Amino acid sequence: MAVTTIGAGAVKPKVSGDERMMRVGIVVIGLFLLIGLLLPLYAMMSKSFQDSDGNFIGLANYAEYFSTPALFFSIYNSLTVSVLATVITISFAFVYAYALTRSCMPFKGVFRAIALIPILAPSLLPAISLVYFFGKQGIIKSWLFGESIYGPIGIVIGEVFWTFPHAMMILVTALSITDARLYEAAAALRTSKIRTFFTVTLPGAKYGVISAIFVVFTLVFTDFGVPKVIGGQYNVLSVDIYKQVIGQQNFEMGAVVSVVLLIPAVISFTIDRIVQRRQVALLSARAVPLEPKPNRTIDTSMLIVCGIIAFVIVSIIVMAGYASFVQFWPYNLNLVLSNYDFDVMDGGGWDSYTNSIQMAAWTAVIGTAFIFTGAYLVEKGQGFKKGRTVIHFLAILPLAVPGMVLGLSYIFFFNHPDNPFGFIYHTMAILVVVTIAHFYTVSHLTAVTALKQMDPEFEAVSASLKVPFYKTFWRVTVPVCMPSIINIAVYLFVNAMTTVSAVIFLYAPDTTLAAVAVLNMDDAGDIAPAAAMAMLIFATNAVLYSIYSLGTRGLQARTQAWRKR
Amino acid sequence: MTKKNMFGKLGTAAAVGLALAAFSGLQARAASELTVYTAVEAEDLKKYAAKFNEDHPDIKIKWVRDSTGIITAKLLAEKNNPKADIIWGLAATSLMLLGNEGMLEAYAPKGVDKLDKKFVDAANPPTWTGMDAWVAAICYNTVEGKANNVPAPASWKDLTKPVYKGHVIMPNPNSSGTGFLDVSSWLQLFGEKGGWEYMDGLHQNISRYTHSGSKPCKLAAAGETTIGVSFAFRGAKSKAKGAPLDIIIPTEGVGWDMEATAIVKGTKNLAAAKTLADWSISRKANEMYNAGYAVVAMPGVAKPVKFFPENTVSAMIDNNFAWAASNRKAILAEWQKRYDSKSEPKK
Repeated sequence: MAVTTIGAGAVKPKVSGDERMMRVGIVVIGLFLLIGLLLPLYAMMSKSFQDSDGNFIGLANYAEYFSTPALFFSIYNSLTVSVLATVITISFAFVYAYALTRSCMPFKGVFRAIALIPILAPSLLPAISLVYFFGKQGIIKSWLFGESIYGPIGIVIGEVFWTFPHAMMILVTALSITDARLYEAAAALRTSKIRTFFTVTLPGAKYGVISAIFVVFTLVFTDFGVPKVIGGQYNVLSVDIYKQVIGQQNFEMGAVVSVVLLIPAVISFTIDRIVQRRQVALLSARAVPLEPKPNRTIDTSMLIVCGIIAFVIVSIIVMAGYASFVQFWPYNLNLVLSNYDFDVMDGGGWDSYTNSIQMAAWTAVIGTAFIFTGAYLVEKGQGFKKGRTVIHFLAILPLAVPGMVLGLSYIFFFNHPDNPFGFIYHTMAILVVVTIAHFYTVSHLTAVTALKQMDPEFEAVSASLKVPFYKTFWRVTVPVCMPSIINIAVYLFVNAMTTVSAVIFLYAPDTTLAAVAVLNMDDAGDIAPAAAMAMLIFATNAVLYSIYSLGTRGLQARTQAWRKR
Repeated sequence: MTKKNMFGKLGTAAAVGLALAAFSGLQARAASELTVYTAVEAEDLKKYAAKFNEDHPDIKIKWVRDSTGIITAKLLAEKNNPKADIIWGLAATSLMLLGNEGMLEAYAPKGVDKLDKKFVDAANPPTWTGMDAWVAAICYNTVEGKANNVPAPASWKDLTKPVYKGHVIMPNPNSSGTGFLDVSSWLQLFGEKGGWEYMDGLHQNISRYTHSGSKPCKLAAAGETTIGVSFAFRGAKSKAKGAPLDIIIPTEGVGWDMEATAIVKGTKNLAAAKTLADWSISRKANEMYNAGYAVVAMPGVAKPVKFFPENTVSAMIDNNFAWAASNRKAILAEWQKRYDSKSEPKK
């Protein structure tokens, strides 16, 4: 491959040394994604065609799967709760996002902040909270009219809470990018408000809505925390994998269920990608941003609806927090700290909390450095186009891979006796690697977006001045992109703190994690301590997030001053 | 400019240093560190290790704890590449199973002759030695019982009565040792056919099966269910914490199993493992077990345990462990076929 692609600059600079380094960099990133993603997935898929001694048996495992009603019925169950939760989440999130972008409702900042709360908590937390609301001893149990919370109802409510911010953020973005001229035209033509909504607003947000639907659907379909805690005997696919692997050590069947779980996730991911690609062409350069005008009726009703949604979100967190201090629910409601005495509970004690902090910090530091550099090489690299395209594709792929599937794949791949990387099995390192791989895509896309905003002239000028690219990278690119870099680090940290699915199969006795401890304590029936640990995770993330929000304002002012004239 | 440059270099150096620190030292391991697999209740592990370290401060215990079924499955899965040095506190039926697979190191701990014969493997030298007996029991929440008009059951058969529909939770025998001893005791008490018929009836009343054996009792303690099929030790602990529980020993008799100790064949820390095995049957250890368990391996040690039902010992069935161990796999498969599809919608 001797052909060099030239950037925006017209001169062909002599950068062969740079180019070699970049190639090495791209190969290193590529190797990481190969070892951390592709090969494990391959190991998992091939396992689904083997018996427990490793002999190839074709589709026999699948035949067994589809002839066991207790197993294949979960597909139907998973689809049911996913569709229900998606419809409800999208409806609520759309109204909420509409209020934030298109109304003059007061307290928008507060509402936006509240809507983000669920992201900071593990998905186990809403489920635990629901037990205190609607369980046999729940305070508003009667609201269910005798139905049990343990089952589809609990799963759907928990998932709506947990996926709400994801949908809301996508929809806010979709509703923000619109062209005010369309509304001016509609007003000039005396189109009614309702008609305008259906002919302008909805079509404009169409791609955002579709994208949000697929994101929420995938999240619910592959989530493990909520159904594990509140699913009762209502089996879903992700819990089946856990039961097969952890409960019965039936790895082959676990692999089969993983493949079954992977298929819809991949389909939904593919459709979402296609939709995203179309979205790009929507907004022209001449578009005028829409400024919402005050409208008493709309603003008041939006305030009421958003107020109710925000109240529910806050109550769920507050309930878990309250329950975590109650001595013995429901018979002794004294407030005590004993539920935070994790050392006498299942799940790893306080060590698991410090382990989680450590793991999250490593993931944030190493992951951000790695992913941002990777995105830089893909976006700003010269030459080696094929390599860069492959990396970009590989970087998008993790979004389609459920955490449970990734975690199980790691067992098959890294615990294989012949694997030279086997030494990282049962260490903190493998937890960091799997978490980086699991959350690669969003971080990568954030970095790419930030890098796209930078004029390629920077690289061209530096190259013509014979400044090596890594100096430009370190002195110009990194400082300019600092807000996005910190954003990525915070995203990785928060997710590393809350994730259960990817690490549940991979932790070792001395690397237990807080979110896994929540799961194990709930499993042993220690629900209040589970709530306590979940709240601890939430509080840690909330503190970090507040510092981040306040800090970025200062940072923005310092490093982004150049953006202004 | 220079300042920035220096910061950059420091940053790089720090990052590299941190990364190196992360990947080295993770595998570091003291020579006298024992990896101990166990199913003992989590709240007791710290105490067990501390008591042991009073006599042997040089040996550090690294616990790997999970439910009986899971620890058993984990050991079986690691058969070719064992990670455990010794097993301290796992159901004797599970250890028999592992023994049949040739995974245990036969060893007669010092003072083994002082134990009740029932608590020692018959082979010479024995592959496992018992610690204490853990006994099935029903945890009955008196407050919820009154509120829901659900009377206290007196026998296992009572639990199949329609009045208990939806009020009973029991552990899944596939993952829980307690669940398995329940199932195996019913099969012994009521016979093969009668046992499965009994469970068919019981299944109608079960609201859910849990992964762990202590969870049903903890759920009963918290009023999430009225009746939890669990074990007496757990019930006594919850009752001590103030839960409105009655611990009921059903009249037909109760299944039980021993918690036992065995050295894993191929351990690299054989000497330390033997030290722990010796200690695990000492008088001091037996007194420690007695804090929670009414029946321990060394005769004459046991004192009554608070909140433990008095008739516990006499109600323990004449448990055929060898039968239970050799039929474990078939029983569990049959159970799963019959009851593990509670997920299907109720029409």
